[in-house]
Amino acid sequence: MSLDALEPVLTVNGRAVSAGGLSPTRRLSDVLRGHCGLTGTKVGCDAGDCGACTVLLDGSPVCACLTPLGQAVGRAITTVEALPADGLSRLQAAFLRHGAAQCGICTPGMLMAAAALVAREDAPDRAAVEEALSGVLCRCTGYAKIVDAVCDFAARETTAPGPRPGQAVGARLPRLDGLEKVDARELFGADLMPQDALLVRAIRSPHPHAGFRLGDLAAWVATTPGVVSVLAAEDLPGVNRFGVIPPFADQPALAERVARFRGEAVALVVGEETALADADLADFPVAWDPRPAITDPAEAAAAPALHAARPGNLLITGRVVSADAEDALARAAFTVEGSMQTAFVEHAYIEPEAGAAWLEGDTLVIRACTQAPVMDRDGTAAILGLPAERVRIVPLAAGGGFGSKLDVSLQPLIGLAALRTGRPCRMVYTRRESMQSTTKRHPGRMRARIGADAEGRLTGMAFSGDFDTGAYASWGPTVANRVPVHASGPYRVGAYRAEARAIHTHNPVAGAFRGFGVPQAALLQETLFDRLAEMCGLDRLAFRRLNALGDGDRTATGQTLRGVGIGACLDALRSHWDRALAEAEAANSAARAAGTPLRRGVGVASCWYGCGNTSLPNPSTIRVGLTPEGRLVLHQGATDIGQGSNTVITQICADALGLPVDAFTLIGPDTALTPDCGKTSASRQTFVTGNAAAAAGGALRAEILRRANAGPEATLALSDGRLQVQDGHGTRLVPLEGPADPRGYAISAEETYDPPTSPLDENGQGVPYAVYGYGAQMAELRVDTGLGTVKVTRITAAHDLGRVINPQLAEGQIEGGIAQGLGLALMEEYIPGRTENLHDYLIPTFGDMPQIRSILIETPDPVGPFGAKGLGEHVLIPTAPAILNAIRHATGAEIARVPALPHRVLAAIRKAGEA
Amino acid sequence: MSYARPTSLQEALQLRAGPDPVTVLAGGTDLYPATDRPALSGAVLDITAIEGLSDIVMQGPDLRIGAATRWSALVAADLPAAFDGVKAAAREVGSVQIQNAGTLGGNLCNASPAADGVPPLLTLDAKVELASLRGIRRLALAAFLTGARQTALAPDEILTAIVIPKTALAGRSAFAKLGARRYLVISIAMVAARIETARGRIVQAALAVGACSAVARRLTALETALIGVPLSDVCEVMQAGDIGSALTPIDDVRGTAGYRRDAASELLRRLVGDLLREDAARAA
Repeated sequence: MSLDALEPVLTVNGRAVSAGGLSPTRRLSDVLRGHCGLTGTKVGCDAGDCGACTVLLDGSPVCACLTPLGQAVGRAITTVEALPADGLSRLQAAFLRHGAAQCGICTPGMLMAAAALVAREDAPDRAAVEEALSGVLCRCTGYAKIVDAVCDFAARETTAPGPRPGQAVGARLPRLDGLEKVDARELFGADLMPQDALLVRAIRSPHPHAGFRLGDLAAWVATTPGVVSVLAAEDLPGVNRFGVIPPFADQPALAERVARFRGEAVALVVGEETALADADLADFPVAWDPRPAITDPAEAAAAPALHAARPGNLLITGRVVSADAEDALARAAFTVEGSMQTAFVEHAYIEPEAGAAWLEGDTLVIRACTQAPVMDRDGTAAILGLPAERVRIVPLAAGGGFGSKLDVSLQPLIGLAALRTGRPCRMVYTRRESMQSTTKRHPGRMRARIGADAEGRLTGMAFSGDFDTGAYASWGPTVANRVPVHASGPYRVGAYRAEARAIHTHNPVAGAFRGFGVPQAALLQETLFDRLAEMCGLDRLAFRRLNALGDGDRTATGQTLRGVGIGACLDALRSHWDRALAEAEAANSAARAAGTPLRRGVGVASCWYGCGNTSLPNPSTIRVGLTPEGRLVLHQGATDIGQGSNTVITQICADALGLPVDAFTLIGPDTALTPDCGKTSASRQTFVTGNAAAAAGGALRAEILRRANAGPEATLALSDGRLQVQDGHGTRLVPLEGPADPRGYAISAEETYDPPTSPLDENGQGVPYAVYGYGAQMAELRVDTGLGTVKVTRITAAHDLGRVINPQLAEGQIEGGIAQGLGLALMEEYIPGRTENLHDYLIPTFGDMPQIRSILIETPDPVGPFGAKGLGEHVLIPTAPAILNAIRHATGAEIARVPALPHRVLAAIRKAGEA
Repeated sequence: MSYARPTSLQEALQLRAGPDPVTVLAGGTDLYPATDRPALSGAVLDITAIEGLSDIVMQGPDLRIGAATRWSALVAADLPAAFDGVKAAAREVGSVQIQNAGTLGGNLCNASPAADGVPPLLTLDAKVELASLRGIRRLALAAFLTGARQTALAPDEILTAIVIPKTALAGRSAFAKLGARRYLVISIAMVAARIETARGRIVQAALAVGACSAVARRLTALETALIGVPLSDVCEVMQAGDIGSALTPIDDVRGTAGYRRDAASELLRRLVGDLLREDAARAA
């Protein structure tokens, strides 16, 4: 049989491109990116599930990952690169103006789906936008600002001037790095394709627990076309153990003899890109010896230890004990008891891990997606046996992180391949590989008892939780330590005892995910509060307000708090609460009378969250300088994974210095150029790096004023490379010429900030965090009592930010956090081997999001920069419990296991009906 | 790897009849997700350029839908009200992007128990047309789908068309899909119904449930029970009908078997109720 070959010529953005020599069944996405060099089209799943690769084929949106090259021949292909015909298109300008791009990885797909819509509709309404864009997933934004942008695309662009000096903090500034995200020039991990780079692919365990033996690798390499090398654990020159918390480092970069979870890498295949990309590695010589696997943490204590030094598979126990909780509970007028079970939750960023590594002299350069460049450098250097200064990490844009890109993934693997082959090496995880091998949110199995006195004042709480930390430690210790500190919620709970254990199993490694266990604990505490409030005869919001922490109150760890905003957040919900309850009651009366199955419910929940590491140092250092040419340079090492630190840190530094934001040039992050700003986690960048930026800006200002002999009230101006100082004595130039300082600047400053905390003693007493942020959210929803389905219609979110640095970015965090909280509550459950893709693992789509109203509260923190507190993780904590509380309000159903999938909700409704 | 995209059916059938297995490619929305690699492997026969294979035409008394018709083309086509159900299903297939690529024939050949197109096509008494060099045969859709991911398609055959008989072009139809999220979702359960009424009674009823058995099923006992029933009594008959026991659902990550039975029953009762209310509203 002979099948005809094609002579393909593609028409891409109006230009003819030869695609000769390529397989006609090659995915169009691969052709556009690899062959045409058009990396604006992103790949998130290779399965049509995420829509990131959306392009137009004769004007209609399709997934380029599902489109055979052969079917694209002869048709007009339009990619995101075609949009900026004349500067930014109106759509792109609207995305930038509205803050519709956070990490930016889904932005090209969103833009292309929107382009098809606006080509046929001048003024689409929200429903039309949601429908048209519904095939593209976003994990950052919660979709609201994307819909805003598309609806507003036709508005005439107004070029508002940037904020004046001293007015940057609080300004609704579009993100400073937004242009590259909307015009698709931003380079993500998979977009960097160095000339002559080799491809790296991993061989991974198909079993949760298995011994393995590698066969005749040399023979396999010799007979497999394109393969240059196979690398295994014994090829690693350094210590084959990594971990984000050095005393707990236990994870091999490549497994040695035993694989402890499904998806663990055991070997690397390095080869020429074209041959290796297509190769089926099923004949790779490895023999597996599957062994019994511990998949239920309840069975772990009696099972053989995964790690010899951790008998009973107990990694760590965290505890906080303030007084005799049992005694307080025994004497309480009302007590409530309950349990909650949560699932593994996948971060599901749209960008699977990817990056490239090469040698520059004897320095190994790694460019990949990350949240923690300095930790990547130190971890990779140790594994590869290099001094830290011989590894340079220059992060590419992270297409979402949410905690999982704190741990190294492919950095040591591509580093090893580059060291051993001497050639640039790149690696791009498949969606399956990303989901199998990277960290997850810890599943929790928790119990608690809470008591109150006759007036409804909390008198005691006992909490106990087991958290499945999977095969390796990762951030398990952090979860075990954070949960007991936070499990009370932002309330005065009286005598308190909380314990959390991290337990090893052969499940996926559980690590950091937005909230470090606090969202799980809040699910239990906040749902129990609703029951307790009812027993006390109190309105659920009033019960929370009555018990909310106030200024000067002591926490269960004995810390005295200042700048406590939870009361203000709950007060801000009051009018909305009253309105929603009345509406729900009226709707439910009507539904009962009509015999229809829909019931409305309203729920509320709070959060608090300590910003920064728990009782451990986590300094950030910011450098800012003026070059002899008068360029103002900010070395900004806080990795922006979409949350906005590039913008926020600059706004803070600008006001501390007294020059406008648009005078700044940003450098970094780059471990060779930027001082360490720590990791982007624990909601710490605005607070910790922000304080460093404020201090550095202030120090630079002081030095300028000193040189000008001016007082603190003087104003600065920088134009055409000339620095002017003006005060009551007139205006004068500050000379910038002359010898540079040791940092290479005419004038510069560098300042470090480390939050003042203290260690926790054996009862968890101490000052774990210098700053807490607070919030409360109210969910309104409809439950279909015949089907168990839930539609969240509105969430009103009040968050205390201390000081709002940038309201647009803050709203973006709230909307995105709510989307993840809604997923946690209603649909997300990672099951190894079953949900390793984005069609079996569900995250919210455009159509699942409620209308969101953000209320930004400012109760200044005494140590935050300009009073600011962190926000990134707080925002998802209250969402899930508020939803469960609203389901119970609507139907009586008590949900003790999330996700509340329809079958679980229906079963709970029936159980409530029987009771 | 070899690839062909012929324009004539004859040529395609010749390629398909060769000694080596040939993968038939249409929209690609099931073949590509099944591989992690940048291209498909093996010999691939792309049927999307075959003349007439993407057309919707009347063929004598029957309606003939080319197997390579894309979901979005079906939605855009001017079809009688009996097709409202299959159009509603088309709008629920994956996403707009998937509907612009995926084909009806591909959906049937992939034979997923949760294939969105199957329940509404069952209510249209759909037949599939299978062509090979040996000739053309027609099979009822229910006979074509032999199990989860299994069909009666022979290795030398191509599914060329879905044929809807004239008798099934009457009445009104609807479709409902239940999933754990709004878009881009695989069904927990789905239901389709086509009802024809005359003089206040049901004269034709076709009911089908998907994702609750290895292959979507018609509910023939309940259909029979509905014939001749006055519209005012339909609700009662539907309530009395034992829908759940006609199904053989499984427990999986999306839902339990028991839930699927209950949800499918509830969905179908509502769907029929909605259809009749709409019918009455039109008549009024």
